[in-house]
Amino acid sequence: MVTGKGGTGKTTVAAALALALAEEGKRTLLVEVEGRQGIAQLFETEALPYEERKIAVGPGGGEVYALAVDAEKALLDYLQMFYKLGGAGRALKRLGAIDFATTIAPGVRDVLLTGKVCEAVRRRTRAGGFVYDAVVMDAPPTGRITRFLGVNDQVAGLARVGPIHNQAQAVMRVLKSSETAVHLVTLLEEMPVQETVDGVAELRATGLPVGGVFVNMTRPAVLDRAAVRAAEESRTEIAKALSRAGLGGARRGGRAEQLIGPLLRQTHEHAERLALEGELRSEIAGLELPAYELELLAEGADLPGVYLLAGELREQLREQGVAR
Amino acid sequence: MTARTAEAGSAQAQSRTQAHGQAPGLGTLPVLDVDALIDDPGTRIVVCCGAGGVGKTTTAAALGVRAAERGRKVVVLTIDPARRLAQSMGLTELDNTPRRVEGVDGAPGGELHAMMLDMKRTFDEIVEAHTDPERARAILENPFYQSLSAGFAGTQEYMAMEKLGQLRAGDEWDLIIVDTPPSRSALDFLDAPKRLGSFLDGRFIRLLTAPAKAGGRAGMRFMNLGVSGLSVFTGLLNKLLGTGLLRDMQTFVAAMDTMFGGFRTRADATYRLLQAPGTAFLVVAAPERDALREAAYFVERLAADRMPLAGLVLNRMHGSEAAHLSAERALAAAENLEEEGIVDLPEDSPSSPATAERLAAGMLRLHAERMHVLARERRTRDRFAALHPEVPVAEVAALPGDVHDLEGLRAIGGRLAEQPGVEPA
Ligand SMILES: Nc1ncnc2c1ncn2[C@@H]1O[C@H](COP(=O)(O)OP(=O)(O)OP(=O)(O)O)[C@@H](O)[C@H]1O
Ligand SMILES: Nc1ncnc2c1ncn2[C@@H]1O[C@H](COP(=O)(O)OP(=O)(O)OP(=O)(O)O)[C@@H](O)[C@H]1O
Ligand SMILES: [Mg+2]
Ligand SMILES: [Mg+2]
Repeated sequence: MVTGKGGTGKTTVAAALALALAEEGKRTLLVEVEGRQGIAQLFETEALPYEERKIAVGPGGGEVYALAVDAEKALLDYLQMFYKLGGAGRALKRLGAIDFATTIAPGVRDVLLTGKVCEAVRRRTRAGGFVYDAVVMDAPPTGRITRFLGVNDQVAGLARVGPIHNQAQAVMRVLKSSETAVHLVTLLEEMPVQETVDGVAELRATGLPVGGVFVNMTRPAVLDRAAVRAAEESRTEIAKALSRAGLGGARRGGRAEQLIGPLLRQTHEHAERLALEGELRSEIAGLELPAYELELLAEGADLPGVYLLAGELREQLREQGVAR
Repeated sequence: MTARTAEAGSAQAQSRTQAHGQAPGLGTLPVLDVDALIDDPGTRIVVCCGAGGVGKTTTAAALGVRAAERGRKVVVLTIDPARRLAQSMGLTELDNTPRRVEGVDGAPGGELHAMMLDMKRTFDEIVEAHTDPERARAILENPFYQSLSAGFAGTQEYMAMEKLGQLRAGDEWDLIIVDTPPSRSALDFLDAPKRLGSFLDGRFIRLLTAPAKAGGRAGMRFMNLGVSGLSVFTGLLNKLLGTGLLRDMQTFVAAMDTMFGGFRTRADATYRLLQAPGTAFLVVAAPERDALREAAYFVERLAADRMPLAGLVLNRMHGSEAAHLSAERALAAAENLEEEGIVDLPEDSPSSPATAERLAAGMLRLHAERMHVLARERRTRDRFAALHPEVPVAEVAALPGDVHDLEGLRAIGGRLAEQPGVEPA
């Protein structure tokens, strides 16, 4: 499960993770549940139907499948499965009943969406192995994740016996098992980190298994505060260096000398940001979770970019000894 | 689409914008004059919209500070402000009423008040204001009402609009500045209240709660489903939602209905307020491809709904005082210095040439990176401008850190107002 504050890169990280986990001979499934066709957009394919489709081959050679779960269709399936509703299902749909049920109670949607994903997790081939070695979900944002994943507990409590109760319990067993990991994506900015810290606390309190923190869009550290202080004290030498590099005269009023002020101010901003990022990193470290870093891609996270991120992730997963 | 937008946007925009030269090939682009907008006594409502995280709350608060310090009596309605920003405005509790903000320069005769939207309280207050205490209590205790008011998708947008309507009706303020809820799309602010309204007034909720009353053809068709379809469906809902839910819903809808004639009517009324002449929309966006694509959708939607657009705020743009030094030259120079540094690496003293070279090279690399960002942001901006040349734009430079005090808000306000080609008022 990949969650995080809105816009931090959940869809991107989920896709990169599904690619990274698709090692030679393995098969992963990338699932989205919010009806936004984010996967199709990222992989530059047409809109995904409610059906598993192969969309890519991972850098390790395995296959990546994708699925966009549609809550409305899932509800019809569900009704069919438990009640053999037949044509009445379509009639309910025409009346707006399905739409009603899936909007009125986010709970209904969530039961259906998590149910579908768990079905894919548990599905086996004829030979008895799992169909998918890993299922990666582009999950709802941090603010909703605990409710989203916890909904089956409530349902199991409401419907005390019968097929719905059993189904809800089975889903919860999968979600709370060590086979599941809820990963959080963050940026090195105040609000996303705060949301991550709060999210981890909430997940832990509910007994849901927290995975790792994915720090997205990191930038290289070039010069820190100490370097800025040193630079301020050696303006003359730096002006001379700039001049030697062909950027104009180092004397007062020379072009190289005039660059010093602006360049120093930019460097100061960079150093201040690094200092803030340092504080945020230690807050993340305080969570005592495995952490992964994904660099900021200059041209945004397009398809080649996602493969690049997948490659970085693959190495980091290996270093951290994550075999799955 | 463009022509329509131009028509709707121009009447208001013209008086507040001044054309100024742009990069070759783009012709002239209108510039948003924020001071003219907030100084105009005709401007009564400014709505700051945009996709999630772009700076709506920051822009709203910064405009509030600036308008107050320029002599207007302003209230800012913020939604979920970051903790430190809220504290800096004295917003320590969610009490749903505007509080005077201390530390704002009152010399020109203005005042700043601010509040954080408490959506549940706002909802409760609607109920309390429209019925007798006993029925109000019954509704407030209704479990369906409770889950609805605490978290139904769209409730926050609905309540933000509701609160705006209340603040405007009071006529206590010269200027109301509204922040909008964090959502993935700016369109949600316009659509969610209607969605909630029509959901509550919708056909199916009526069928479920009072089939006899809804009657008519829909009722007939529903019956034709056969008892099995209906009971299976309500049975399932009951299982999923808790047994009492449908009953709670029925009580709730009935009570609401007799009280104030439906949610849709209310949502429609506020929607019309947004079309009124004293209202101005500011679309806030980050200079990124996806964000500007969103902003373009929103601009088109405002035009289609005849809502007055004041302009686009491009927030967190980067600039450089050394823009004449290109990224390529800076990188080449950095490489030269690094090679030089390796050749004669002496024992490190803080001001030894090697250190100076390393520092200079680092500074040049940072500059090159900055120039790349700048170029990318310009390209994105120009693409938007090509699609919507009629939309006035104000660019706001990124501050190095987060914005969480009045000083920071003033700085943002200043940057908003100081645009090339706009005469300082
Ligand atoms: N490492 C990266 N480098 C550069 N751009 C990135 C990176 N990761 C994500 N992005 C960009 O940031 C934006 C948001 O990413 P994405 O859509 O994955 O976020 P999200 O959390 O799924 O957003 P939402 O909450 O809207 O679903 C996209 O434009 C994406 O291309
Ligand atoms: N020009 C700027 N320079 C530096 N930081 C900024 C600037 N504008 C906004 N920020 C920072 O960006 C973050 C997001 O801003 P803000 O909360 O205003 O966005 P928002 O659009 O209201 O977000 P949401 O959709 O979550 O409500 C804040 O930490 C804020 O301090
Ligand atoms: Mg996404
Ligand atoms: Mg906000």
